[in-house]
Amino acid sequence: MAEFLDYFRKERLPHIWCPGCGHGTVTGALIRAIDKLGLDKNKIVMVSGIGCSSRAVGYLDFDTLHTTHGRAIAFATGVKHAKPSLKVIVMTGDGDCTAIGGNHFIHAARRNIDITTIIMNNSTYGMTSGQYSPTTPHGMLGTTAPYGNVEHEFDVCELAKASGASYVARATSFHVTLLTDLIEKALMNKGFSVVEALTQCPTYFGRKNKIGGPVELLNWIKDRTVNVKAAAALPPEKLAGKLLIGELYKAERPEYCATYAETTARVQRTYNDYKGGNRGCELNSD
Amino acid sequence: MPKNAKLMQGNEACTMGAIAAGLQFFAGYPITPSTEIAEMCSEELPKFGGKFIQMEDEIGSIAACIGASLTGKKAMTATSGPGFSLMQESIGYASLCEIPVVIVNVQRMGPSTGMPTSPAQGDIMQARWGTHGDHQVIALAPGNVKECFELTFKAFVYAEAYRVPVIVLADEVISHMREKVVLPDPSSYKIPMRAMPTSPAGYKPYGADPDGGVPLMAPFGQGYRWHCTGLFHDESGAPSGKAAVADQLLHRLDRKIEKNVQALEDYYVESMDDCDVAVVSFGSSAMAALSAVRRARKGGLKAGMLRLKTIWPFPDQAIRRLCASAKKIIVPEMNLGQLVLEVERAIHGKAEVIKLGKVTGELFHPDEIYKALKEAF
Repeated sequence: MAEFLDYFRKERLPHIWCPGCGHGTVTGALIRAIDKLGLDKNKIVMVSGIGCSSRAVGYLDFDTLHTTHGRAIAFATGVKHAKPSLKVIVMTGDGDCTAIGGNHFIHAARRNIDITTIIMNNSTYGMTSGQYSPTTPHGMLGTTAPYGNVEHEFDVCELAKASGASYVARATSFHVTLLTDLIEKALMNKGFSVVEALTQCPTYFGRKNKIGGPVELLNWIKDRTVNVKAAAALPPEKLAGKLLIGELYKAERPEYCATYAETTARVQRTYNDYKGGNRGCELNSD
Repeated sequence: MPKNAKLMQGNEACTMGAIAAGLQFFAGYPITPSTEIAEMCSEELPKFGGKFIQMEDEIGSIAACIGASLTGKKAMTATSGPGFSLMQESIGYASLCEIPVVIVNVQRMGPSTGMPTSPAQGDIMQARWGTHGDHQVIALAPGNVKECFELTFKAFVYAEAYRVPVIVLADEVISHMREKVVLPDPSSYKIPMRAMPTSPAGYKPYGADPDGGVPLMAPFGQGYRWHCTGLFHDESGAPSGKAAVADQLLHRLDRKIEKNVQALEDYYVESMDDCDVAVVSFGSSAMAALSAVRRARKGGLKAGMLRLKTIWPFPDQAIRRLCASAKKIIVPEMNLGQLVLEVERAIHGKAEVIKLGKVTGELFHPDEIYKALKEAF
């Protein structure tokens, strides 16, 4: 592996994350996966929204786009559709992606556009100090759920799968090797890929719910999960309330940009004498 | 008849103006009365390798356009009032991050769903102040079908030159009306090109003259590896919470447009030199106004017409200069009085400014403006 810090804008460090936060671990896993695949740094665009997790891109040495709350995937769709040769990666959180950005998430999945989305799910709005999110388990506490969360949580991976994503996986900031491996596979999939990374927010989620410090919270996350391979051999009562980790879904589906390119080629055969447009556009190559 | 003459709808002319300016990317969401632009883009863009996408909403549409623009492509979206409202947050993003993008807003009656198929001019202030915080915008208002072509073309010129979102502020009548248009010879187009850096070495994504300079914009994917953020940022693109950085950034963005107000001003004038009563208007209201002014002149009344094509930045000096002889100024507009506030501010008591608002969802009839003129004399 190349020097780990070579992928970072060293002058922008140290990062803003709290001690014990899991987002750095997930960012590290992503960098390791990129390094392992030997992807060209100059052809990667990292897009994020708003929230703790979305700050990750600012520290990374790629073309990086830190957008508005919830819209990372929509911005990323524009980048990818405009220039399909770029590798587009979205780094987002549970609130950014599944609350305010939920609509873009499901529609990008439906299009199966070739974007890899890493969702850092810490079950809370950390940046605004611990409100409940669409992935806060029912009954747990948040600063806006002082009597226990009345709502029920999304299963983000089921949502991605049902919406049409062609690669869906889940790991945690405890299972780092698995997480790196799954991100690597997601990056290789040509289509909309989702890796949900369960991470710890000891500052707000852990403290509010009296789970303990980072280590206790990591253990709490670990105990909520079962590897999908192990789960096959377990009776249903052992799986109650557990989240599966591992590669959860993979499908061969036509990718949006590829289909658009095919359509364009067909249109251009029909209108091969077309004289309009495309003037002064040396960047119109793909 | 000239070779390039065509019977054309405003929305069609707008699309052709965009393509002539080098449009390569369109993202939009269906909304009356702008939908024809999306339809035509979906048909035309693939013919030359451009990209069209129908997004899940207007928020996604403007976001995708900004993303596309960052790769170096010319991008546009088109919408109407409700969709324009949804786009505001990301218009602010494009403004702060200095990303060229063109937004066509074909105004309809509001607020809310209002009367979707009726013309209005109620988005003057939304175009100026729709997004939060201090910022500058450029908004151009076509007054006929040919200007839908010309001003959309110009919108790209300004967007690329100043790295700002530019709004084409049309209205339902201008955009759905059909007129004979003689398009310019394509070889005469001066295609707007973005100023780009030549090498990643030492590239400062936001390095520019503090007095309204425009930084060079590197396209994504070319080795520049720069950071684009909606947080206030320094010259290197790094987020900053420093007072001096914020102050310098906002002042530069403001000056970028402010110092070019005269270069950006654009208007149509008729009989203004010696007028006693001036009519200042824009868009489809100005069509009726011009007819009324001509009738008044025929009847010996010294009426004058000033039709603004550039609405924002507001051409204060041009208004004062052109209305110098006017004792009264009538401002007909299809709202309850928005442009009139700016005219009043610019005129600063030098003439009496008369509001003539209409919110029935119908066009002004020339008689209505003629009557106001008669009363003013």
